[in-house]
Amino acid sequence: MGKTIVEKIFAAHRRDEPFPGTQVLNLDVVMCHEITTPVAIADLEWRDKDRVFDSTKIKAVIDHVTPSKDTKTAVQAKILRDWARRHQIRDFFDIGENGVCHAIFPEKGFIRPGYTVIMGDSHTCTHGAFGAFAAGVGTTDLEVGILKGVCAFREPKTIRVNLNGTMPFGVYAKDVILSVIRELTVNGATDCVLEFRGEVVDNFDMDERMTLCNMAIEAGATCGICLPDEKTADYLRDFIKDDYDSKAQALTNFKKWWSDDDAVYVKTLNFDVSKFVPVATVEYKPDQVKPLSELTKVRVDQVYIGSCTNGRLSDLHAAARILKGKKLATGVRGIVSPATPKIFDEAMRDGTMAVFRQAGFRVTNPTCGACLGMSNGVLAPGEVCASTTNRNFTGRMGAGGMVHLMSPAAAAAAAICGHLADPREFM
Amino acid sequence: MKPFGGAVVFLDRNDINTDEIIPAKYLTEVKKENLKNYLLEDLQIDGFDPKGEKLARVKVVVTRANFGCGSSREHAPWALEVNDITLVIAESFARIFRQNMFNCGMMAVELPAATIEKIFKLADGDVTCDVDFAGRKLVFKTSDGRSESTGFTTTEFDSALVESGGWVEFADARY
Repeated sequence: MGKTIVEKIFAAHRRDEPFPGTQVLNLDVVMCHEITTPVAIADLEWRDKDRVFDSTKIKAVIDHVTPSKDTKTAVQAKILRDWARRHQIRDFFDIGENGVCHAIFPEKGFIRPGYTVIMGDSHTCTHGAFGAFAAGVGTTDLEVGILKGVCAFREPKTIRVNLNGTMPFGVYAKDVILSVIRELTVNGATDCVLEFRGEVVDNFDMDERMTLCNMAIEAGATCGICLPDEKTADYLRDFIKDDYDSKAQALTNFKKWWSDDDAVYVKTLNFDVSKFVPVATVEYKPDQVKPLSELTKVRVDQVYIGSCTNGRLSDLHAAARILKGKKLATGVRGIVSPATPKIFDEAMRDGTMAVFRQAGFRVTNPTCGACLGMSNGVLAPGEVCASTTNRNFTGRMGAGGMVHLMSPAAAAAAAICGHLADPREFM
Repeated sequence: MKPFGGAVVFLDRNDINTDEIIPAKYLTEVKKENLKNYLLEDLQIDGFDPKGEKLARVKVVVTRANFGCGSSREHAPWALEVNDITLVIAESFARIFRQNMFNCGMMAVELPAATIEKIFKLADGDVTCDVDFAGRKLVFKTSDGRSESTGFTTTEFDSALVESGGWVEFADARY
């Protein structure tokens, strides 16, 4: 019987099986941010175990609230900063260098095919785009990961999601994953990994694969995952070129992780993306998805373009193509948060930022920002946001606010219309 | 081992997420105790008052499917813990929340939908839940003398976490 990619990664990292069905894995990367890590640090100090298992395998960033907005968030940042310094964690990113964790860590080349990765953040599933097993965990799992370099998981079950057909004009990776979640529902993949396969995934670049994997958690999945291929190798080129004699050799190495042809899946879902249309969420769950063409009566107060889902350069480009030469509709506030300093700088250099500014958007520093209503961009009760983020939960962007999730192109269309709109009309 | 059992609150909705259990704006707290006043603050269910006197007495939550979905924040189990709620019973849980509960030495117990439905039939009165962990048995009683009892299971790993007090203790002893 063959194995799936995740079963192969589990087998290669198995440290222990303390009880039947529970696998304790060795971790390649433990990632930390300032919201969920400080309590773990405080607990380790309290237990007189303020140690790290391997400072080179720990990556840390201040990203959720940065620059700090008040004393409490300043203290959180300080706890992480002091801890990183104390343990000589070289890969620590503070103001000036920091960006959204799930954008900056891949950009730095920290995630490789076949890796095991945890973080105290549910969108850690993003990194499955590189053919890694990457799971969001709570603070206690994070604490043990920091101290011992291990994490416990149940035996993985894999749902295979075949995405075939031709991507229609105006339909993006975000529309694909929202359409998949609509079918799966918000708990359709609980305790499962979503393995994304098919010609659509093969053709997606790494930004698109990250958007796809990022929202696997919204169907309850432990991780989303793509098979590592030439696109993965090209993205990682600068980081792996010393590890391999040639790209061909890297690809041969990557392919050892590929799911076997006779691997066993708990379920296989087939989608023909040719039938997909631009969509957005309605109500308060990410599986409540409707075509944007049916939602044009929904007025918006704010448009937010950013986050670990859609704050990458290609996302900003998609929005800017629609915004070029246009203005925000009267009464609409536009906020764009490039996800990392590199994306920020490239968007400055190539004129994308000028398009946003001329349209009337405010550009923020790289941060998680409005996505979870912890710092900037919070909605007032009754306000509506067209957002490229990942959660439309009650109160997510501010108590009483309503968030509609959509692609950057659709958010840009909403920005110039003042209401939700099908982006194809502006392309 | 933590104490389990006592007064029950019924949350009659699927997919209650961790933003509803504890909103993100309170994640700036680095002390678990400071979360106490904000438990379930954004949860909107008819007849449920997060600031009410009833929630203050509760030790057990009974709810429907996919409880704890969304953000990985362990602040959700902590907000329950500092309110002395150590047991959540549901049709199903989101993976991270379920693991966080056991990692803290608390319990997230899954029961079949039909059993949950029977327990919900008691919800018109004041209900308490007695927990026999060793016998893996739950008994729900109303003040007017009605009751429901059911067995439950936990995986060997989850049982070990409950008995050892949590994952840090377990892992530290073993790895």
